[in-house]
Amino acid sequence: MNAPLLKHDRRTSEVWQRLALVTDPELDESVTDLGFVEHVTVGDDGDVDIVFRLPTYWCSANFAFLMADDMRRAVSSLPWVREARPQLRDHMVADEINRGVREGRSFADALREFAPAGSLDELRDKFRRKAFERRQEIMILALRGLGYEDPEICRMSLHSFDEVEFASPDVARQKPRYRELLIEVGLACLPEDRAFVAYEGAPIRRHELASYLQRLRGVRINMEFNSSLCRGLLAVRNREFADGSPGRTPSPCGGCGSRCAAPSGST
Amino acid sequence: MFITPTGEEVFVIDGHTHFWDGSPANQLNIHGKQFIDCFYAYHTSLSPKDKLWPKDQFEKYSAEQMYRDLFVDGPDDMAIVQSTYLAEFYKSGFNTIDRNAEMAKKYKDRFIVNGAFDPRDGERALEYIHYMKETFGIKGVKLYTAEWKGESRGWKLTDPNAYRCFELCQKLGITNIHVHKGPTIIPLDKDAFDVHDVDHAATDFQGLNFIIEHCGLPRLDDFCWIAVQETNVYGGLAVALPFIHGRPRYFAEVISELLFWVGEDKILFGSDYAIWTPRWLVEKFWNFELPEDLKQEHGVDLTPQAKKKILGLNAARLYGVDVEAQKAKLAKGAYATAAG
Repeated sequence: MNAPLLKHDRRTSEVWQRLALVTDPELDESVTDLGFVEHVTVGDDGDVDIVFRLPTYWCSANFAFLMADDMRRAVSSLPWVREARPQLRDHMVADEINRGVREGRSFADALREFAPAGSLDELRDKFRRKAFERRQEIMILALRGLGYEDPEICRMSLHSFDEVEFASPDVARQKPRYRELLIEVGLACLPEDRAFVAYEGAPIRRHELASYLQRLRGVRINMEFNSSLCRGLLAVRNREFADGSPGRTPSPCGGCGSRCAAPSGST
Repeated sequence: MFITPTGEEVFVIDGHTHFWDGSPANQLNIHGKQFIDCFYAYHTSLSPKDKLWPKDQFEKYSAEQMYRDLFVDGPDDMAIVQSTYLAEFYKSGFNTIDRNAEMAKKYKDRFIVNGAFDPRDGERALEYIHYMKETFGIKGVKLYTAEWKGESRGWKLTDPNAYRCFELCQKLGITNIHVHKGPTIIPLDKDAFDVHDVDHAATDFQGLNFIIEHCGLPRLDDFCWIAVQETNVYGGLAVALPFIHGRPRYFAEVISELLFWVGEDKILFGSDYAIWTPRWLVEKFWNFELPEDLKQEHGVDLTPQAKKKILGLNAARLYGVDVEAQKAKLAKGAYATAAG
């Protein structure tokens, strides 16, 4: 029995578990599911290095910074971690981001040349809102699919919502994610609270649900555009790095959109 | 010319094509390499498997090949070839108007060559607009508000210098302003491809048409909102259309939104050649039917008449192309080529 090795494995797996909670703000998917994180190195002294790569060299600098910062926060919350160092690779401003996150600087300070508008917290809130609306649309459409009428959905309590079982694996996966945001944002906490309200907390009136859903669909269409492109680009990039010879010949897989992109990064 | 399965002829103007040189020999720095690499990744991730090009061909292709892909193997009758300089990334530019015009000269009546300008050049931008009008007789330009220049990481259509350029364009009859508002290939500030500046410019320049390439995606809702308000705002389908292959349901949702908000008279087909070739795009588009639930929900349909407008008639109207006369000209040209 090799105790130090076991401890090391356990720590590595703890880091991966924490990283799985970090999402890409635009895609609302975990950075580990998306295959962004390439490897994790845990030192005996409690230092953790996290190497990650985004779909392109051009991926938005503020999103990259946000993810690096979220990774640092998530991993640092493990009690044995001394320092968590996310390292972004092959990105236009990788050095600035890595240094900025490590030194705990603000985005505006770390990337002054990009003259970012607004703070990172504002950006976080904007994307939390989008994630909320996207998850909410999935839940409402699924309820309609199960035969619930609009008035029932609008006045459904958190308790009743908890009771509903969804057969579709994707909807079932999104249910706790939606619920988690309801609580995090403080929109519904008690069993009798309404399960479906607007992000600002206002109830959705039954005759407004159709137009409300129309707006949510707009949010989703935009997010899906990004996520399809990003996943496609990431699959291409991973193949190139795996080949070692960036795309001199046609790659074996094309037109994958989001569905067939291999998110493991191990192709 | 696209011939439908029932034998009908459809006139096609490809609203968005490029004749670029992204080869390593022309790359000025790592950004130049990464830029064309990113385009290539778009190409590989959204094209059908049998339409993939090798990387070196993608980086730089010949005029002959472009002609063949668009007009011989492809269904285009005419193509609008856009100019994008990216002078900070490429030694002699990515696809300059001179390179485009040189290519177009070889193929009479096929190409509409558009120019480009950068309002941050101030007086020189105005001089350049005069030069392009006098030398190439341009009717349109392609603007790239996110292009880097020195310390600047982008500009807005509402900048005072941009307004001076638009005043001149309006005066000289350069009426079609194509604006890249699409995926953030060059990220800079996240707002560089924000579409709201279009709203103001379109209101203030009623004599100009603003064609928003890529329909502002991923800001489709903002774009639709503006297009509803402004009668002179159009949407270009480049990059949205290739989803028709890998994610047809998603394409259906996007085109339904566009048909509902923007309308079939204001949507333009564009292949974004050489990121994608037009043949498979036009074939799939023609055969595409909106799913019944979306038709009902939006109260719209993608009828053959709507498809004809999108594929060519709308662009013909914007560029003053007399479709019947053009068809006759091209038929004569083809006959002359065949006979000669």
